[in-house]
Amino acid sequence: MIALQSSLVELIRKTSAELPDDVHQAILNSLLNEKKGTIAESALKIIDRNIVLAKQKSQPICQDTGSIIFYVSGPVFLDQISFETTARIAVTEATKKGFLRQNSVNSLTGVNDGTNVGPGSPAIHFHQHLAPTIEVRLILKGGGCENVGAQYSLPNEKLKANRDLDGCRKVILDAVLQAQGKGCGPGILGVCIGGDRATGYEFSKQQFLRKIDDRNPIPELDRLEADIVETSNRLGIGPMGFGGETTLLGAKICAANRLPASFFVSISYMCWAYRRQGVTLNPQGEINSWLY
Amino acid sequence: MIHLTIPFTEEKIRALKVGDAVEISGTIFTGRDVVHKYLHEGGALPSEVNLRDGIIYHCGPVVMKDPTGQWRVTAAGPTTSIREEPYQGQIIKDFGLRGVIGKGGMGDRTLEACKSAGCVYFHAVGGAAQVLAECITSVESVHFLKEFGSPEAIWELTVERFPVVVTMDSHGQSLHREVLATSTAALAKSL
Repeated sequence: MIALQSSLVELIRKTSAELPDDVHQAILNSLLNEKKGTIAESALKIIDRNIVLAKQKSQPICQDTGSIIFYVSGPVFLDQISFETTARIAVTEATKKGFLRQNSVNSLTGVNDGTNVGPGSPAIHFHQHLAPTIEVRLILKGGGCENVGAQYSLPNEKLKANRDLDGCRKVILDAVLQAQGKGCGPGILGVCIGGDRATGYEFSKQQFLRKIDDRNPIPELDRLEADIVETSNRLGIGPMGFGGETTLLGAKICAANRLPASFFVSISYMCWAYRRQGVTLNPQGEINSWLY
Repeated sequence: MIHLTIPFTEEKIRALKVGDAVEISGTIFTGRDVVHKYLHEGGALPSEVNLRDGIIYHCGPVVMKDPTGQWRVTAAGPTTSIREEPYQGQIIKDFGLRGVIGKGGMGDRTLEACKSAGCVYFHAVGGAAQVLAECITSVESVHFLKEFGSPEAIWELTVERFPVVVTMDSHGQSLHREVLATSTAALAKSL
């Protein structure tokens, strides 16, 4: 368990301090598109400098080190109980080392005990797979962007959104409009069409495990993803809501079955500080390779 | 680039306009959700915390103790300001603030308080915790650390050339209101 603990601490450190290359590249591309001499361009330059500095200093990209969400895929005999125990110890250790802020507050008493461990924290989602390896993915999602997530129930009369893909498009774009400024754009959307209120949000967040430049294998969702990004970037919201060319870096959309009575569109917003990493572990718990 | 040193004067604050890039030097105080609710409910500030002609920074930093026992800020970007909208206007007036640093902008009540009391909203780049922490040269004191927890405590920080942009000025102008109007109109055309 000692090897697993240090692997998880290293996963947390790297996730908190180093933005994945695909995200950094998307930010650099958006910098090229921004008009020179604007405050939007200057914000993106500060963001780029911040990404480089955080990696160099091995310190958090953003002070809000966010909700700690693990996705674990392992073989059928993986001991989930001891994995979870070890993960909680690793989170506490990473907090002591300053890779995570003291970020978890008791909702009833307001007490922050400084460990980052408590009911619901960290969140760990286990899945079984047929391979012998263990894959651990981690997302750190800050509160500013979490607060601008939204769930719509279709039809939505105010937005003239019906129960079809065009209705989905309308509510997703409304969420982008409402998030402006507050979610630390340029952002990335994770969307689930369908599901129930809980699984809808859950699947929307899982979209953040995809790479920014990947393509959706479902053609109508692939078209919708491209359309959402293109349309959002014509709204002039821009980085930080300062006005400008890039409002979204990406949109990732999935669909889940729904009840005849329900039609939810669940939208999670990820800030530019899109902290996502993953490792494969050997049976001893040591890191074999990095996933992003 | 405009360079301003704390304490501010009303004249210097009134001279600022939306869109101005400013670098701030001097001593600032952090204060976020718990502090704003506390002050709004009549809570008292320790005598060392003097906000008059100064700045409140919406920020919950990561602060570590170095081997010599000194506090060191290792990450310190802004948090979303709009959550303080129910409280901010009153706090600007009651405590004589000249500036608020945060991200995402604030609403009409804060804009009105900026106009009547001579205060501005400075926008720092959200998420830029390392670039901004580099501008913090020392931690002078901390208050309510135990009661509120580290991110919600009042940290007194000395900053040097801390980069911000004026997005709400003391003349009733708000970049956030402007961008919301133009983007809402643009979206209506795209549907």
